[in-house]
Amino acid sequence: MDLSLSTRTVGDRTVVEVGGEIDVYTAPKLREQLVELVNDGSFHLVVDMEGVDFLDSTGLGVLVGGLKRVRAHEGSLRLVCNQERILKIFRITSLTKVFPIHTSVEEAVAATD
Amino acid sequence: MATVELRFSALPEHVRTARLVAAAVARRAGVDEAVLDEVRLAVGEACSRAVGLHRSVGITAPVKVALIEEEKQFSIEVGDEAPRAVPGAGPSGDGGEAEAEAEAEEDEMGLAVISGLVDDVEVSSGEHGGLIRMTWPTTPPAVVLP
Repeated sequence: MDLSLSTRTVGDRTVVEVGGEIDVYTAPKLREQLVELVNDGSFHLVVDMEGVDFLDSTGLGVLVGGLKRVRAHEGSLRLVCNQERILKIFRITSLTKVFPIHTSVEEAVAATD
Repeated sequence: MATVELRFSALPEHVRTARLVAAAVARRAGVDEAVLDEVRLAVGEACSRAVGLHRSVGITAPVKVALIEEEKQFSIEVGDEAPRAVPGAGPSGDGGEAEAEAEAEEDEMGLAVISGLVDDVEVSSGEHGGLIRMTWPTTPPAVVLP
């Protein structure tokens, strides 16, 4: 299954809905999307990962890269994820300390801290 | 030979195929269903790393994956043919260094994921390439009574 990406604006946040598999082959597409959003001035991103079936370290690297970019503009990158198998990867790499992870898009969009 | 052997050109699009094959053989070998996600992720990480290593030094040889069913255990070996760089002999120039650093970071992240997922893992490397061997316990299939 390939990667699907769609974006929408909610207030001052941009929600990136990701679906499918994020791996060494598809991660560059996600990277491009995040870079493009930041270049266009969207610095508060919410990446909705509820539709993601697979995530590897290449995908993690892209998310960390996205976080670095938005932080350079005092922005934010929040994740939405409830899937245990995806959350596990964030835990074993200790990235749960780096990313705010929310249980719903609504919660992520409303979060300010 | 191994139960199943797979060789693929060092291209990112083939890593998914390796994941699917590895998970299918692992399931047949009796690896617990709950662990199959980990097998899929770990073999994907090892293959992504091998693909990256081959591509970074321009090696055309395929990446090798051996799926080995043994008594009470299942092993996966992912082998690359990338000679390990001598420290200090990497590419020079600003872009090259930053890229090499980013690649090294991704490489480390991949290994971090593997060691976080798999209890029994051996990583070896030499001038002719490297090998990651990961092993999981298997449970014999339940005997179905007639």
